[in-house]
Amino acid sequence: MTDAGTPEPATGTARARPLQRLEHIDAKNTVLVPVLAVVSALVVGAIIVAATDIDRLQHGAFGGIATNILDAYKALFVGAFGSWTGISETLVFATPLLLTGLAVALSFRSGLFNIGATGQMLMGGMAAVWIGFTMNGPGIVQIPLAMLAGIAGGMVWGGMIGVLKARTGAHEVITTIMTNYIALALVTWMLKTTAFKQPGPSGNPISKAIANEAHLPKLLDFVRPGLRANIGFLVALAAAVGVWWLFRKSKLGFELRTVGANPDAARYAGMRIGTLTVVAMALSGGLAGLAGAVNILGTNRQMTTSFAGDIGFDAIAVALLGRNTSVGTVLAALLFGALEAGKTRMQLDADVPLDLVLVVRALIVLFIAAPLLTRMIWRIKAEGGGLGLSFRGWGS
Amino acid sequence: MELELRGITKRFPGVVANDDVNLTIRGGEVLALLGENGAGKSTLMNVLYGLYHADEGEILIDGVARRFASPRDAIAAGVGMVHQHFMLVPVFTVAENVVMGVEPTRFGALNIREARREVRAISKEYHLDVDPDAITETLPVGLQQRIEIIKVLFRNAEIVIFDEPTAVLTPQEIEAFFRIVESLRVAGKGIVFITHKLREALRIADRIVVLRRGRTVGEVLPADVDDRRLAEMMVGRPVELVVKKAEAHPGDPALTVTDLTVADADGRLLVDHVTFEVRAGEIVGVAGVQGNGQTELVEALVGLRRVESGEIALAGRNITHHSPRLRHEEGIAHIPEDRQRDGLVKDFTVFENIALTGYYDEPFSSGPVMHWGTAEREATRLVEEFDIRTPSIGTATGTLSGGNQQKVIVAREISRDVKLAIASQPTRGVDVGSIEYIHDRIVGLRDRGVGVLVVSTELDEVMALADRVLVMYGGRIVADLDRATTNVNEIGLYMAGATSAATREHAP
Ligand SMILES: Nc1ncnc2c1ncn2[C@@H]1O[C@H](COP(=O)(O)OP(=O)(O)OP(=O)(O)O)[C@@H](O)[C@H]1O
Ligand SMILES: [Mg+2]
Repeated sequence: MTDAGTPEPATGTARARPLQRLEHIDAKNTVLVPVLAVVSALVVGAIIVAATDIDRLQHGAFGGIATNILDAYKALFVGAFGSWTGISETLVFATPLLLTGLAVALSFRSGLFNIGATGQMLMGGMAAVWIGFTMNGPGIVQIPLAMLAGIAGGMVWGGMIGVLKARTGAHEVITTIMTNYIALALVTWMLKTTAFKQPGPSGNPISKAIANEAHLPKLLDFVRPGLRANIGFLVALAAAVGVWWLFRKSKLGFELRTVGANPDAARYAGMRIGTLTVVAMALSGGLAGLAGAVNILGTNRQMTTSFAGDIGFDAIAVALLGRNTSVGTVLAALLFGALEAGKTRMQLDADVPLDLVLVVRALIVLFIAAPLLTRMIWRIKAEGGGLGLSFRGWGS
Repeated sequence: MELELRGITKRFPGVVANDDVNLTIRGGEVLALLGENGAGKSTLMNVLYGLYHADEGEILIDGVARRFASPRDAIAAGVGMVHQHFMLVPVFTVAENVVMGVEPTRFGALNIREARREVRAISKEYHLDVDPDAITETLPVGLQQRIEIIKVLFRNAEIVIFDEPTAVLTPQEIEAFFRIVESLRVAGKGIVFITHKLREALRIADRIVVLRRGRTVGEVLPADVDDRRLAEMMVGRPVELVVKKAEAHPGDPALTVTDLTVADADGRLLVDHVTFEVRAGEIVGVAGVQGNGQTELVEALVGLRRVESGEIALAGRNITHHSPRLRHEEGIAHIPEDRQRDGLVKDFTVFENIALTGYYDEPFSSGPVMHWGTAEREATRLVEEFDIRTPSIGTATGTLSGGNQQKVIVAREISRDVKLAIASQPTRGVDVGSIEYIHDRIVGLRDRGVGVLVVSTELDEVMALADRVLVMYGGRIVADLDRATTNVNEIGLYMAGATSAATREHAP
């Protein structure tokens, strides 16, 4: 970033800053704040586990509580990274989170709030599964085609939001939530039509399975066959590089950043805000659609109505934690993937409910969304190189 | 009350904004703080107001060292600040804005009656003439500034800091502002007044302190200096306060505006059947009190506002319905009036802002790819040429001093090869040395055969630059005057709404 100059020398005693000082987050804190948010969330999560451990509390076994918590986090870590299975599962869970996280980050940086990754993922998944079961190889053709179909599905669904916003001014937060429901209803209905429905007497809305040729190649077959990790993760990493390139090197990325940071300046500079809104939402939707395709081709093999789960919402947390940067989003997605992969182990080994992971995730979001809170708790200095001081005027 | 800043040093990444500054402010006295763009005036005042912490040095009030951790502490100690960008809630009444944060309460409930009485009392005492029940957003800038002043007085400030208060005021509002300052002085308040207009400082100040590159370089009494001497103290070299320019040699029309009409959403005419011409190699100044249609006229010329009727032609070609981008390509440069809103992206680096309007084509980009190396080289060159004070071209533009932000925009727009340059308030917030340079460059554009339209509420600027002066009043052009034969009085009369015939009779 820009202000990598000499660090601001500390003045006087560190004390919590009054909120009034309208401070901002500088480059240093772009790394520090997310890290501290995670640490804070783990600590507060631990306190919650302790406070709800009625049995031990009643017996005054405080030492026992402490070991239990340490055990829980250790089990979480081991579950995520302690074995090839763990690593494989971490990657599998991280993949759609990374793609949808990038989708949300791209929209954020363009000044839009895409919370419709769920719907876009569903549409992408539908498109991909259709290519997946109607064709039968060869993989080298079918897999890219299915991915492109997924991207296209998500782009249409997301681009539509952009058109609504550009044409009518409808706020994307509202329309993305609405279209999430519409997507779900549409998918449920389509999965009952003969075009998609799995053969057999079952009335459940489940699609036909994709052809074997369309399965994504495994990543860790050389270690042990059966590990689920697949090249979908590499596709997601490539997407992260793509997003990085878009914002750092490309003309379009500069336009999107300008619209995101100051729409008035963008208009003044002759940029077409309406068009850019549609493009940003379409690209964002395309990434979410790709997440759907990769899930279908890599792990799910079939379309179900519950296939997107909460991924679209977790993606918001991933993007926030990753500070909307590509590198940050990769790291955040891996962290969330690890929490997901390790949580069962944690429950088995330490007898801590799975919900702890949910709590920790929610706390991360809280601490990230309230950077001031994080800064106050950790007393970070953020004055030098100040930006965004809303009181700076002509005279500043 | 006497306030002393002793040995204040404040560093930012890559710059020492204040370097061992000593300053005393006394009650009943107006202190003018002058200095180049980036000299550290605003920073020093923000330290005094508790917004920044000094790295070294101390603040003493009546001889006692005080520490201001936040503006709250500064306010409690009797220091108030009126920022240039007002911090008012637009939909609140005057009284509500004044008491916000320190509401007088009665049994726990907001006592607005009490607040209104206080506002009325302060308004009366200092001749502020503000209605406590007026809705803030309906008031003109000059009155909004007075709300800020009342806010400060309501919190019992003894020292009042004004950071470039006159930059956005009309000449009439400036007169009223000086009367207010006078009554504050009479009431024994200490006043700090930052300005780039030397004559204002000479007129109102009891004492003048000049900062350069973060250090105090002089303290003088207005009686002992004139504006030339002050300018030299600020910049460190003699400054030409009058633009030197040769006779204009106007060529073919660069801009032809015929019967142009612009209306707001309710159909009210903002620009009312305006017809004029700017020829190549000529500077046309548009004078007028803020809010008489100049803003809308310029927006229409650059394509940011819908034209109701009429025609705009650039070098003879009709461009009435061309997009802003197309007009840029066809050779129109535009320095916008509101730099905070339009001209810059504050989070972007200096070099990104240099590329902001030309990014879409060679040399800044080709095909889908940006050439940031070119933007960096161009920025390096312009920073040098325009003397933009920044730690580096990779610095976020929002951290530059106000005048230096303006210079980034001016540098970007007037260094381009164009047919027509439209400059709104081109030197707002810019120091005398840089005004000299920017004016020179604008005259240079003219001499290269560019048509220049300068819109300014600053009559001095219009008189200095223009070869021809248009006066706008109520959305119409009420006068088209030759610079050589007109004078400030005549323009002033037109600005106040006099009609042509009447003015001709009364003008000297
Ligand atoms: N928040 C900030 N972060 C980093 N640098 C800053 C910040 N505020 C000011 N500076 C730097 O400190 C120096 C002094 O700036 P300051 O705003 O005090 O100048 P100024 O005298 O008010 O100038 P102007 O007349 O243009 O308003 C400048 O070089 C500026 O880049
Ligand atoms: Mg300033």
